[in-house]
Amino acid sequence: MDFQLSEDQRDLATGVREFCEGRFDRDRMRDLVDKNRVPGMVDRALWTELAETGFFSLRVPEAEGGVGLGSAEAVLVYEEAGRVLLPGPLVATHLAASLGGDLGAGAASGELIVGVVDAEDSPILVEHLDVLDVLLVLDEDGIRRVAPSSVSGTAVKNPVDPFTPLHHVEALPEGTRVGDADTAARFRREGAVLTAAVQLGIAGRLTELATQYAKEREQFGRVIGGFQAVKHLCAEMLVRTEIARAAVYSAAVTLDDPVVGDLAVAVPAAKLMADDAATRNGKDATQVHGGMGFTWEVDVHLYLKRAWVHATQFGGAEENEEALAATL
Amino acid sequence: MDLRYTEAEERFRAELRAWLDEALPKLPPKPDRNDWPGRRAYDTTWQRMLFDAGYAGLHWPVEAGGKGATPTEHLIYLEESERAGAPYVGANFVGLLHAGPTINAAGSDEQRRKYLPGILSGEDVWCQGFSEPGAGSDLASLRCRAVRDGDEYVINGSKIWTSHAEVADYCEMLVRTDPDAPKHKGITWLIVPMDTPGITIRPLETVMGTSEFAEVFFDDVRVPVGNRVGEENDGWRVTMVTLSFERGTAFVSEVVACQKLLHDLAELAKKVTRRQATAWDDVALRRELGHLTAEFEALWALTKWNVSEASRSGVPGIGGSVFKLRFSETKQKVYDLAHRLLDRAALCVEDVAGLPSGHLMDERLSSLSYTIAAGTSQIQRNIVGERILGLPKER
Repeated sequence: MDFQLSEDQRDLATGVREFCEGRFDRDRMRDLVDKNRVPGMVDRALWTELAETGFFSLRVPEAEGGVGLGSAEAVLVYEEAGRVLLPGPLVATHLAASLGGDLGAGAASGELIVGVVDAEDSPILVEHLDVLDVLLVLDEDGIRRVAPSSVSGTAVKNPVDPFTPLHHVEALPEGTRVGDADTAARFRREGAVLTAAVQLGIAGRLTELATQYAKEREQFGRVIGGFQAVKHLCAEMLVRTEIARAAVYSAAVTLDDPVVGDLAVAVPAAKLMADDAATRNGKDATQVHGGMGFTWEVDVHLYLKRAWVHATQFGGAEENEEALAATL
Repeated sequence: MDLRYTEAEERFRAELRAWLDEALPKLPPKPDRNDWPGRRAYDTTWQRMLFDAGYAGLHWPVEAGGKGATPTEHLIYLEESERAGAPYVGANFVGLLHAGPTINAAGSDEQRRKYLPGILSGEDVWCQGFSEPGAGSDLASLRCRAVRDGDEYVINGSKIWTSHAEVADYCEMLVRTDPDAPKHKGITWLIVPMDTPGITIRPLETVMGTSEFAEVFFDDVRVPVGNRVGEENDGWRVTMVTLSFERGTAFVSEVVACQKLLHDLAELAKKVTRRQATAWDDVALRRELGHLTAEFEALWALTKWNVSEASRSGVPGIGGSVFKLRFSETKQKVYDLAHRLLDRAALCVEDVAGLPSGHLMDERLSSLSYTIAAGTSQIQRNIVGERILGLPKER
């Protein structure tokens, strides 16, 4: 047993971090949200770059033109995506790349931006609809493919996360079946773990933002990070992040090699711990920033709002806790 | 990242399992909680069985008489022992996990020869004299004095929270040898035989009504200078060396025990009836059980993470405080839940109406100490904030 990153995994994480920070730095992130919003909030040029870097073809076998890596590597990549708040249906498109055929190939190459929605949701809110090329619907029988143009919905004027535009849809079109119930179950498991990885990145970045501010901001003649009341908030943020990291990495390794654990526990546990870390760190980072934490200018709210979005994807707290209780 | 155990590790696990199966039925019945001589005999009998089977001092270096096992083998040992219901270290705790490793790392050859074999075989029981009524979280402010008088140190003062004091053979002690030096620089590490004249032991009653700890008073207690480990006034550093033996395995048994407990509580919830339904039909209680299952899945993963880090680097990671913080608070939550589940039966620290309230409430009361013992949660948060995040000290 060696539950630490291998050298290759370390290099991969470092490389992806450099890519993300280089291609989607804070200026570009703020420009997208503050000045130059685009339909669906996905920049197609950036999407192509993500595809070229392997964001979507990461787990597609090499023989099929993919990178041929596993879920253990994928969580490292999606953690970095969370750290810089990369927008768009990254996880959905990544999952679609595993479907093969034109759809899989298009998703892997970045030509197709693929979204996903759960037919059981109430209300049904489709994310990024204006920029989607394909919408996948998860239902009890499996996965069906729907043309976004056939979806009639009302744009939500005020989505809580400015990076995640929403359409309220009364009823989803039938579309065509592209995956059976087993594939849908796999989508839910892998989607939960990859989304948890994004949340892990958000939780970690929020810890850094709060700690950085606590080291710089002075009141009563000293930096506020010296006060235990503030220091302990930052410490708890780090604890939540590391607990989530262990759960997320462990779930990913278990996806790749199911005999090492129990997916029925590992997957909902990872999602629950990561959602908890990201959303609670969002609140605590706001608190550490004091009045500035309540401003649009400071990035913390953008991380918190995104964390709220992810916390509803591929299983929320209620579903995960019930799923875990069912294993007892 | 690899969670698969190697063939050698699996073999170690299989052999250990087979031995536990055979050995455990030979153990005498568990003694009463307040029967200290009985507890000592029980714990040391088990230690002797481990010793004879070649499992004593698994994590100790070979030159100290141990097995030099890897942190992963130690993890497997603790996991399997707990699953099989084997006793925990108990009275051997200080000797095996603290005094022994310290003497091995910082003691003389003579001290190693004299003290280590008795710890491994279960012959000698050690206790710890570190904390004082005036020195808790701020341990380095300790005031128990030792004054050099020829070839002896003369000790005066008191120690507190000493487990097993009544039945211990030796005490590992921190004493103040230079009251004028800065507080970390005037401390010395001593071995004190507990039968030395001038030692008085007064049991300390806990919230459970038991005497889990004692206060120990030292009145002109004389020990030879040869009982000093390390240099005079260098005791703080000697103590810190010991902390570096922690290899991520400190809470393995307890995590395994908590996972088992969650299953037991779920079973109980399915049986207990409340008004028209079972407690399991209470969504809030059921979801809390689910949430705690996730917490322990994560803590188990973090254990493997920390153990793997220690295996790679040979030194403990900084993860210990992170783990301890979350573990101690989560374990308290498990007993909060048990309390809720018992409802009014929680008013009885004994079994009532067929419910296991005796054991659960005893542990529930005991759980109040988790966030205090071995570094309070507040101190742990300072450590995380200052040593990991680099925030300044509060001054």
